[in-house]
Amino acid sequence: MPAPALPETTSILCVFLILLVPLAVAGLALINTGLGRSHGAAHMMLASLCVFAVAGGVYFLCGFAWQGYIGMPAHSVAVSGKPWNWIGAQPFLLLHLELNGSASSLAVMLQIFSVALAALIPLGAGIDRWRLAAICSSTALLAGWTYPVFAHWVWGGGWLAQLGVNYGLGHGFVDAGGASSIQVLGGLTALAIAWILGPRRGKYSTEGMPNAIPGHNAVLVMLGCLLVLMGWLGLNSAGAILFTGSQPGQTVLIAINTTLAAASAGMAAALITRLQFGRPDVSLTANGWVSGLVASSAACAFIAPVEAVLIGIVGGALTTLSVEWFELRLGVDDPGGAISVHAVSGLWGLLAVGLFADLPTRVLNVAGAPAERGNAGQWLAQVVGIATLLGFVFPLTYGLNLALNLVCPHRVVAEGERQGLDLYELGAGAYPEFVTHTEEFTQR
Amino acid sequence: MKLVGFFLLLAGWAIVLAALGVIGSGVPLTAFVLSGTGVEILGLALVIRSHLVRRHEDGA
Repeated sequence: MPAPALPETTSILCVFLILLVPLAVAGLALINTGLGRSHGAAHMMLASLCVFAVAGGVYFLCGFAWQGYIGMPAHSVAVSGKPWNWIGAQPFLLLHLELNGSASSLAVMLQIFSVALAALIPLGAGIDRWRLAAICSSTALLAGWTYPVFAHWVWGGGWLAQLGVNYGLGHGFVDAGGASSIQVLGGLTALAIAWILGPRRGKYSTEGMPNAIPGHNAVLVMLGCLLVLMGWLGLNSAGAILFTGSQPGQTVLIAINTTLAAASAGMAAALITRLQFGRPDVSLTANGWVSGLVASSAACAFIAPVEAVLIGIVGGALTTLSVEWFELRLGVDDPGGAISVHAVSGLWGLLAVGLFADLPTRVLNVAGAPAERGNAGQWLAQVVGIATLLGFVFPLTYGLNLALNLVCPHRVVAEGERQGLDLYELGAGAYPEFVTHTEEFTQR
Repeated sequence: MKLVGFFLLLAGWAIVLAALGVIGSGVPLTAFVLSGTGVEILGLALVIRSHLVRRHEDGA
């Protein structure tokens, strides 16, 4: 079955939208840098660039071969007489793929940026203690295997997308902008990394109480939030067109929903922290803003603006509360809030598709033009997708990174953490002309 | 405890897959999918607990 063809104007619109996506990568890199210590700022920016390069390279090498696209050759198994499409069957190195503005070529273009975004998320959990070599190796595993396999199931016409056709569960698992394959996958990897690395030195007292280690530059964080919004407008819109068959005219609705979700989530976080601490918290409000974008991704093309506001408010509240829960109750040191922002909010966004989305009668997430379907059972398809993320993706990414830790330790040695990753791994700091304050946060 | 937790995560997913493959549709499918997800949540709780215990044993 050939991949669906796109009209020329739609292709041009898609190219423009996809070119916005690197802004999300840049924004996330700035947020992670700003939320870290000043003596690791250059390391974080360099790590972000390396993640982009490694993710793109590995995805080009073998990622797209596993992922494929709707209607392209794939391996299937028959279960009770029904085909389960489980992995793509493309040649490596994008061989034989015409990069000419077709839907599949645009999907490759979008995916090279998306996989970088997914691989960048765990950096937020590993701030100030994750070695560069381990970051690159972990990124290669994510971009070469974990991401393509799951993304095939959702965006390549795989078995999750086929749940509607095979079992009558609505339109199958629907995720227009990558809440699952980008955000939750990245967020769960962040949780695995945070557990493997352990907390930063001095983060917890001997009694187990967390110490505040504030980020070094709130301006970078806020600038990152604005850039991330631009990137998300492209990501959600291009994803909806390429992976669910949305019409170009729906870009207006998607842009409005995406912006409203971010705004309401940011305001919810500001309000909650104002009530908790007496004044709004900068980093939690920034986290809330991004969590609104994450929560909007799955359903952005299929909800009314008022529902986007509701999804954003819940996403922002969930993130604000879960950041505290992870830090205080679970002892997980996640300086960038990556787990709460991307995993928790992403899971809520996926569930929101089943609760709020008014899907059109045809959603083009599987090969050909599927018969018209209703929304009955859509929530169950979303639950199956969430169960797959928790039951397959999380153990896989944890196991891969744990195995990697044996051959390439993730955590920098204690001396490196005391010096700061800039000096220890790069030999120079990000701000050489400034005298930074003494090490009041790190135990000697 | 951590291994048991990860085993439950995988087992829960297997229940969901088996429900789709064997039952196919209707109320029993819903019940088994939700049960499988419940088993996963139990597994996740165990994995979280195992990390908490390890942290206390490490003294911080």
